[in-house]
Amino acid sequence: MTDATQGPDATTGVTPDTGLRIAGRAGGAPVLAADGTPLKRSLNRALRREKLRALALVAPLLIFIVVTFLAPIADMLFRSVENEIVSETLPRTVVALDGWDGESVPGEQVFQELAYDLVIAAERKDHTRLGSRLNYEMTGASSLFRKTGRRVDDLGEALGEQFIALDPAWEEPATWVALLASPDWVADRAAWQAERDAAEGEFDTAEPRFVLRDGIDAALPRTADLYAAFARFIQTEDRDSPTGEEPWTILWQALHEDLTKNAAAATGFTGEAGRLLTQAAAAVPTFETTSMRDTFAEIDRDWENPRMWGTIEAFSDPYTAGYFLAAADFQLTPDGIEKQPEDRQIYALLFGRTLFMSLTIMFSCVLLGYPIAFLLANLPMRISNVLLILVLLPFWTSLLVRTSAWKVLLQQQGVINDVLVWSGLISNAGRLALINNQTGTIIAMTHILLPFMILPLYSVMKTIPPAYVRAAKSLGATNFTAFRRVYFPQSVPGIGAGCILVFILSIGYYITPELVGGTTGTFISNRIAYHISNSLNWGLAAALGTILLAVVLLLYWVYDRLVGIDNVSLG
Amino acid sequence: MKLPPYATLGQKIWHYAFLVLCGLIFFFLIAPILTIIPLSFNAENFFTFTPGMLAFDPEAYSLKHYRDFFTNPDWQQALSNSVRIAPVATLLSVALGTLAAIGLSQSHVPFRRAIMAILISPMIVPLIISAAGMYFFYSRIGLQGTYIGVVLAHAALGVPFVIITVTATMVGFDQSLTRASANLGAGPVRTFFKVQMPLILPGVISGGLFAFITSFDEVVVVLFVGSASQKTLPWQMFIGLREQISPTILAVATILVVVSILLLTTVELLRRRSERMRGLTPG
Repeated sequence: MTDATQGPDATTGVTPDTGLRIAGRAGGAPVLAADGTPLKRSLNRALRREKLRALALVAPLLIFIVVTFLAPIADMLFRSVENEIVSETLPRTVVALDGWDGESVPGEQVFQELAYDLVIAAERKDHTRLGSRLNYEMTGASSLFRKTGRRVDDLGEALGEQFIALDPAWEEPATWVALLASPDWVADRAAWQAERDAAEGEFDTAEPRFVLRDGIDAALPRTADLYAAFARFIQTEDRDSPTGEEPWTILWQALHEDLTKNAAAATGFTGEAGRLLTQAAAAVPTFETTSMRDTFAEIDRDWENPRMWGTIEAFSDPYTAGYFLAAADFQLTPDGIEKQPEDRQIYALLFGRTLFMSLTIMFSCVLLGYPIAFLLANLPMRISNVLLILVLLPFWTSLLVRTSAWKVLLQQQGVINDVLVWSGLISNAGRLALINNQTGTIIAMTHILLPFMILPLYSVMKTIPPAYVRAAKSLGATNFTAFRRVYFPQSVPGIGAGCILVFILSIGYYITPELVGGTTGTFISNRIAYHISNSLNWGLAAALGTILLAVVLLLYWVYDRLVGIDNVSLG
Repeated sequence: MKLPPYATLGQKIWHYAFLVLCGLIFFFLIAPILTIIPLSFNAENFFTFTPGMLAFDPEAYSLKHYRDFFTNPDWQQALSNSVRIAPVATLLSVALGTLAAIGLSQSHVPFRRAIMAILISPMIVPLIISAAGMYFFYSRIGLQGTYIGVVLAHAALGVPFVIITVTATMVGFDQSLTRASANLGAGPVRTFFKVQMPLILPGVISGGLFAFITSFDEVVVVLFVGSASQKTLPWQMFIGLREQISPTILAVATILVVVSILLLTTVELLRRRSERMRGLTPG
């Protein structure tokens, strides 16, 4: 219907281009424009202005499409490989797992890191998301993380009691602030508090962002890291102040670890904080400790399962091929890429079914569409225009209307079964199951896509000169031979165009299979929708979508090669 | 397709068999749509012809499903949402699309093929993929479940149709007319509205109709990008068909068939007019 890319030069008349060609031909002395500049330069300027104007007209739409359409597609492609959740939720554990042999249960160090990560994750309620994510890869992960998340908030409590027994000041939030906060921050906060008290209620400014003391990273690295996370959480999530909140119990664990590793940590501190720390550093070697590994094993035996750890490690990269593997019925396991167990291999089946049904629909469309297109192309224009309306009306009718029509007609108690029973072809008890299975999808989609086959076929057949067939017959060919050897080969481009169009449209169909396909007549697109809105496995949905998109784009490339995208007819 | 007078019996049988076959296929194409029209006047909540309907008993026909459509708040809400979404989306795609189509039909556009491919892409990508991508991306930027989000998504889907129809009309547009108008002292805006627009109007309107029907009939994208308060007519039909199928759907379907007949007639008339103006005989 459009020749848009053929260039409208034919009707544009004289353009700066024409002038440039003339100026170029002149040779010898440069031709001058009216204002004295060389004609060539002034024409070049005009040409550039024209290009810019054209681009300026196209730009708003281009930006619009890029933002509203291409960015979403790019987002989907990105989501099909994106996997930051493991490394974001368990950053310390992932680093510690680096040297793990992959077979035994990881060492105490890994479990300590896990404790730190999980306390923070559980406070933020991120652990359940991570659990559901890992559950796609290994069943049981979801309940494991849920269960552990409920139990981690008292980790380190036993150590805490020993610190408090040493000096009750350890229980005070102020002790921790004095030890870990930057003096500048303490001063800023005091000023802020004075301002807030003065304003009496009508005060919206948030507390100054918590800042760690200089050099604390070197002295007490673990405690500083965790306290910073704690302060940030209290300030942003709870909208409260770390000066007033009792620290998480896991901080005892961190402090204990720091002081055990570096007994001289207290040397840099002065005043009350220095005294407390020196005292604690001296006492720490005598503290009673429990192994984190045992603690976790007690919470859930799964923490001693190397496969669980293997799964965490396998998905610790920020990008993963896992979704694509899942979409191809493989899975990424600790031992590498494996085929899914027999009963979970559904995607090959679904892709195969989508392909098979699309091909069936395509062939039914050729079988039904070819005679109609032939008839329309060979009737006088007056009659064929009327008959064409019978093709265009379904084309223009709402998809939902056509699908509801088929849903009504194909039912067990529907019109088609009624007519068949009435005519005696089938008995009342033997009503055909025409809906909620593959038959239903194929019938309804053949009907819906048939116009897309007829219209390209018709436009190709109209260009076949009738004289060729007549010539073949006059040379002695029978009707059948003339059709087979002369007419049919000329109509093949139309068949190709119609087939690709119908095939492309049908493999991406969602609505009709969803409504009349039941469980056996659904396509890959129904599975994509299921993963988006029911199972919430967005990554897998994105991977399936990416594969489907790649197939469709490949087919369009073929279509463009054969027919040209611009020849798509809108009726 | 006339049978020659000297045709043999076999050829005659073949010829008539072919015509019967074509008749059957036309029946297959049109019958499902026509069957639902009488069924929508069914007095019972059945999806098949009752004995009374077959006997043309006036008692067996009623308008109750239409009454239900016009009084049921669910359907009315859906109708009003459709009416609020489709025209705005159409307006957006027509305004931007016409401008871009005019730009694209200038004689010197760098990267014309690439730009064209990008602008046509919403028509090429399967709807479920567009819907998935838009769902992911729009929830990132807070447009998921909003009226604006649905309108933007539908406008993007309608753009290719406007681009295709308007660039097709622009092919027959004589650019020297705009130069003549500029020569006579009109500015670019005046030239556009007084000279260019009236001539390409048929293309713009039929592109707009395509964009309108795309948005009005669209269900996959709105299902994902919209929330319950953006429930459109096709969405309501989709729910009705999937869960409890009620005969009101047939009444709605009949109304939509009538609407599409009107649209089809308009587009056909516009096409003929535009071809006449370009000096082509209507095909």
